[in-house]
Amino acid sequence: MSECTTAARFEIHYRACLSPEGQLLGESSRASTDPALLQRMYRMMVRARIFDAKAVNLQRTGKLGTYPSCLGQEATHVGVGAAMRAEDVLFTVYREIGTKLWRGVDMYRILLYWGGDERGTLYEHSPQDFPFCVPIGSQMPQAAGAAMAMKIRGEARCVLVFIGDGGTSQGAFYEAINFAGARELPLVCVIVNNRWAISVPVERQTAAKTLAQKAVAAGVPAVQVDGNDALVVHQVTTEALERARRGGGPTVIETLTYRLADHTTSDDATRYRSAEEVQSAWALEPLLRLRRFLEQRGLWDAQAEEALKRECAVEVEAAVRQYLATPRQATDAMFDYLLAELPPALHSQRDEARRYAALRG
Amino acid sequence: MAKMTMVEAINMAHAWEMEHDRNVVVLGEDVGINGGVFRATVGLQQRFGSARVQDTPLAEGLIAGTAIGLAAQGIKPVAEIQFMGFIYPALDQIASHMARLRNRTRGRLTCPLVLRMPHGGGIHAPEHHSESLEALLCHHPGLRVVCPSSPARAYGLLLAAIRDPDPVMFLEPVRLYRFMRQEVADDGQALPIDSCFVLREGSDLTIVTWGAMTVETLKAAEQLSGEGISCEIIDVASLAPIDFDTILDSVVKTGRLLIVHEAARTCAVGAEIAATVSEHALYDLLAPIRRVTGYDTIMPLYRLEYDYIPSLARIVDGIRATLAE
Repeated sequence: MSECTTAARFEIHYRACLSPEGQLLGESSRASTDPALLQRMYRMMVRARIFDAKAVNLQRTGKLGTYPSCLGQEATHVGVGAAMRAEDVLFTVYREIGTKLWRGVDMYRILLYWGGDERGTLYEHSPQDFPFCVPIGSQMPQAAGAAMAMKIRGEARCVLVFIGDGGTSQGAFYEAINFAGARELPLVCVIVNNRWAISVPVERQTAAKTLAQKAVAAGVPAVQVDGNDALVVHQVTTEALERARRGGGPTVIETLTYRLADHTTSDDATRYRSAEEVQSAWALEPLLRLRRFLEQRGLWDAQAEEALKRECAVEVEAAVRQYLATPRQATDAMFDYLLAELPPALHSQRDEARRYAALRG
Repeated sequence: MAKMTMVEAINMAHAWEMEHDRNVVVLGEDVGINGGVFRATVGLQQRFGSARVQDTPLAEGLIAGTAIGLAAQGIKPVAEIQFMGFIYPALDQIASHMARLRNRTRGRLTCPLVLRMPHGGGIHAPEHHSESLEALLCHHPGLRVVCPSSPARAYGLLLAAIRDPDPVMFLEPVRLYRFMRQEVADDGQALPIDSCFVLREGSDLTIVTWGAMTVETLKAAEQLSGEGISCEIIDVASLAPIDFDTILDSVVKTGRLLIVHEAARTCAVGAEIAATVSEHALYDLLAPIRRVTGYDTIMPLYRLEYDYIPSLARIVDGIRATLAE
């Protein structure tokens, strides 16, 4: 037998702060001792869920286009939002409602986007954040580029980029984390492992036991966390962002969660996964455990819950009214933002669209 | 004024703009210490530092995507794709994001960047190193596509491309890189990025071409001038959007149009020019529009590349055929 030595050895740690019953597990969590932050995170998760249900409803009644529900992933989305600073830059996939809301994106804008209007990407409070990214994984190199800009300028800012479990099968994912590692870019990548890439379960995407370990090949530190635990998501993301801000380079965080809804409103998940599986995932959903934790500490009660739900319903209704009352853009909108200035060769096409729009009325 | 090759002029334009705009950053494969495989970026890293001239990992999609992120953050990336035949992995970033970012964010985020790439054949390069794929890019609204045909135009157009507020695909004809030397003033003067250049005035026939094909086309015109044939030659230079006013004015004047390009014929930029001229000037035409182009075949390995690239003889015959009708 030939002798061999170990060239390298790797481990992926799993972290969780809060049990499904709402009990602290011993892992440190800065949020756990910050009542205002805890309440704010919980409120944002409820806000995202109520908005999400309304958006699905609007689609079902023909008032919204295809919509990808975020149901079940609120802890990951909100935990990340809470860990970011306003001046950081966010790149999302298309499901991270909680993060967008945290960063001040109006519900009205989100409805407008899924309602087929580019003005839905106007983020008044986070003007450098990228809009939803539909082509899977393609946001990753752009996020690396934004992080490179921050590094070139020596800024203490970071980029936070989301990707899904399916997205980690894309070359762009690996290209970007590889580059981020090689250049020690201030980039934190959160893999939202919700178990399903439309109909393909994560076990059929990859033989890797964790998605976090894909970062090992890029030389990037990685960790897996309970993605339904807002405290650990906030904690681990905060640590990663702090390290990146200090010049310590990128981190990959895999958050284990579950897509409780269909992939989008155009999908029917009963075709490919069992009701039992979904049922057991509901037992781990993220809102209840945080509420229990808050209640145990006297930071929340049924009255607060009712008041919050009423408040969210009012906010959502106002956003829906504003969305439904927004007239579609004039056809010039197709031409106005093509280039900084419309080339003369396109003037006749713009005029043609105007003429036929007038006929359409 | 120094006489220089196109590749030297391109290098000089980089240096001018990096000197005058601290936001300009160069990235790509081997662009740093190696100065690029064609030496277009030689000396830039030594002069401007490794933060502003960065070698990227070997991944074209990453280069294009990174450039988008940089540009959206206010850096002006000038990124090199090593050969146009390797553009395919970058197309997702170019088409799905670069071309669309301004539009999909209603102008909130933009992509002022340059993606440079060697274009076309004729230097006996290996497989996949000689493609003319401008049509792939021109089909995507939201991009500018530019192809210079001389050292001076390369200098002026590259400066314009870097200063442009939108993504510019900058196609550099490889067989012109060191084909000739020309006096180029290092004066920071940009050329218009939305205009054709009339390389030769004439009255019998308009020839529309770009990039390296300008060389053979000018030769053909010179050869036939001895027979009293007067060709007007237009270097389109900006392939998207195209300055059709200059082309149409010329066609109305001469009544005849020959299109010469290296790319394969079907669905190429020449087809768009022929269609637009037909729409706007059909009754000014005295003869059918003709095309002398690369064949609708795979770009051959280099032993046959000059059988693929339109030759002087094919262009001369194209001119004669257009004039015969």
